[in-house]
Amino acid sequence: MDVRKTYKLFVNGEFVRSESGRAYRPDGGQVNVPRGSRKDLRDAVRAARTAFPAWAGRTAMNRGQILYRAAEMLDGRAAQFVELLGGARARRELDQAVETLVWYAGWTDKLPQVTGTVNPVAGPYFNFTIPEPTGVVGIVAPDDAPLLGLMRRVAPALCGGNVVVAMAAESRPLPALTLAEVFATSDLPAGVVNILTGQRKELLPWLASHMDVNAIDVAGCSGEEVKAIEESAAGNVKRVIKLPEGERSPYLIAAFMEMKTVWHPIGV
Amino acid sequence: MAITKKQSTALAKQVFEYAPAPEAVDHVKILPRYGLFIGGKMVAAHSKKRFPTINPATEKTLSEVVDADEVDVDRAVKAAGKAFESWARLPASRRARYLFRISRLLQERSRELAVVETMDGGKPIKESRDVDIPLSAAHFFYYGGWADKLEWAFPNRKPTPLGVAGQVIPWNFPLLMLAWKIAPALAAGNTVVLKPAETTPLSAMVFAEVCMQADLPPGVVNIVTGAGRTGSLVVSHPDVKKVAFTGSTEVGKLIQRAIAGTGKRLTLELGGKAANIVFEDAPLDQAVEGIVNGIYFNQGHVCCAGSRLLVQESIAEPLLEKLKRRLSTLRLGDPLDKNTDIGAINSRAQLEKIQGLVESGVEEGAELYQPECVIPERGFWFPPSLFTNVAQSYRIAREEIFGPVLSVLTFRTPNEAVEKANNTPYGLSAGVWTDKGSRILWMAERMRAGVVWANTFNRFDPTSPFGGYKESGFGREGGVHGLLPYVELN
Repeated sequence: MDVRKTYKLFVNGEFVRSESGRAYRPDGGQVNVPRGSRKDLRDAVRAARTAFPAWAGRTAMNRGQILYRAAEMLDGRAAQFVELLGGARARRELDQAVETLVWYAGWTDKLPQVTGTVNPVAGPYFNFTIPEPTGVVGIVAPDDAPLLGLMRRVAPALCGGNVVVAMAAESRPLPALTLAEVFATSDLPAGVVNILTGQRKELLPWLASHMDVNAIDVAGCSGEEVKAIEESAAGNVKRVIKLPEGERSPYLIAAFMEMKTVWHPIGV
Repeated sequence: MAITKKQSTALAKQVFEYAPAPEAVDHVKILPRYGLFIGGKMVAAHSKKRFPTINPATEKTLSEVVDADEVDVDRAVKAAGKAFESWARLPASRRARYLFRISRLLQERSRELAVVETMDGGKPIKESRDVDIPLSAAHFFYYGGWADKLEWAFPNRKPTPLGVAGQVIPWNFPLLMLAWKIAPALAAGNTVVLKPAETTPLSAMVFAEVCMQADLPPGVVNIVTGAGRTGSLVVSHPDVKKVAFTGSTEVGKLIQRAIAGTGKRLTLELGGKAANIVFEDAPLDQAVEGIVNGIYFNQGHVCCAGSRLLVQESIAEPLLEKLKRRLSTLRLGDPLDKNTDIGAINSRAQLEKIQGLVESGVEEGAELYQPECVIPERGFWFPPSLFTNVAQSYRIAREEIFGPVLSVLTFRTPNEAVEKANNTPYGLSAGVWTDKGSRILWMAERMRAGVVWANTFNRFDPTSPFGGYKESGFGREGGVHGLLPYVELN
């Protein structure tokens, strides 16, 4: 007789039940998954915000090492993920998720070199522009690729030094919750990634309107959801990131970044 | 020959008066009424509604412009859509030449444009002459150079234009904001419909002439005048693929909401409440000039204005003394006078907004300082003002005043300065004054703002990206980053 796992939300580096005490059984299955509430979401955003300065302040090298470590942990659990994902494409999805992590792990210390500039202004100033993380990023995983779809967004967001509040695919949340275990064992500081499960219909409006969320990626959302998100996002001028789902590029990392320009005086 | 002590004291006491030095206006021709610039020529509008644009320094009407309606906006967007087909296909080097040509024409007509800008908007002629117009020309020159080099700007991708860009600009830097919007859009192969601000349409009308002089293909640039409603018609027109707005955070949010779900690309350059932070080791005299430039430049009608002065406690007293002394030497008056430092407030509405916020500052308990200053009888004016005893919770420390009003706060440690500076929903700019290079970079790293000026303030350059964090908007204007909002990366 096997010892079954209790699936929990991943908030502030801890595995917690929904404060609401609610659960749902996705896909008519037998596994109880927490049905996160507005308050869980607020807890996650607060944890992320608290974790932000230290994560953004890590050296690019260190962030790269940690993301690579996450790739190692993910690959080490390959069999478990393949089983969870199920189907003919499971192995491929897992491999691509690992590859995505490795790819972005290598970008942390190159992004400023590729997207930053030194600007030849007409005056005695050393003027440069560098990318900086925008802050707390909301991410919605698509249902069709519950692991890879999430990874395609979480990895570039973390790469640049952002912190993440992610919503797992509603109908297939288990890979995302198991991915939380990967992050929890990868030296990723508590709160840098938070993963919620539950009903999108219920949580998405709160995520989109939360005043302390800086950006929201809508790759996993329907057209109608995007419209509603964009309307709510205006409340605090959130960045709504709408690059194609399959995008894998420094342009995607940069979409989670702010460009900061510094005018440093030159003189004696 | 030695000066005796008595003589030098007399010299120090002497007040140097400036003779009036008004810029000539006889070389400027402002038409009594303007049409709309659609499809390469000035056309009669469908809308029968017009409104006057006045000189805020005299309250005299300069001209009348059209309050463009739905039909007018639709015509402009259609003209831009038609022009897009050929403009986007034009060899990029030819697009570049048009932009260079426009840049040159702006230089050639610089004095005329400076005068128009000052008459229509109220800003001192020395600012329109030395800042607005040269920077506008430089902007077109810079992006002209990019037009045929786009593939070097976006490694590994093929950048293509988006289509018709709908652009709405503010009244504080009318021509410069027009340049910031139109130059990168055209360089990338887009065509534009631009709506200048209600109170400052005239330099855009001169720019329309410049487009015609440059033989710019018809419809590549279209300019429709009007108020907020016209602006909303432009951004919500279904054929507009890209929206760029500079203005208040309030309107920016309305636009973001209005175009939700349409798939239009959006960039917003919105309000600010910048901290200008002076450390005790800063060169004080230089800092005083920087503070003055930071908040009194263009009457404080600057989204990135250094409206919150954060001064280290140990030097607060001497710095404020110097600052107050400097304020008393600022010359407020005729914007066309070359010696004027502070011109007219752009409009009556803006003046009332400033007055309201200043009243709230006094009511909430801050201490107001205004130098003695003669206010002209006609026109809209507000003296350079500073508030001490300001708490972070006061409206004057939180809200964008967009006027010549400085709120002074103090701090003890660098960490406290960082915390106070970032304690705002805005994040457009910040200033740091210190003699220590390492501290400049330490502070710059911690400012949640898109532009950080060290030992200077309010500097702009076409190569230098500009734009905000948080509720100050998103997207950048200037530099290679300023191209991104106008291209699709295939």
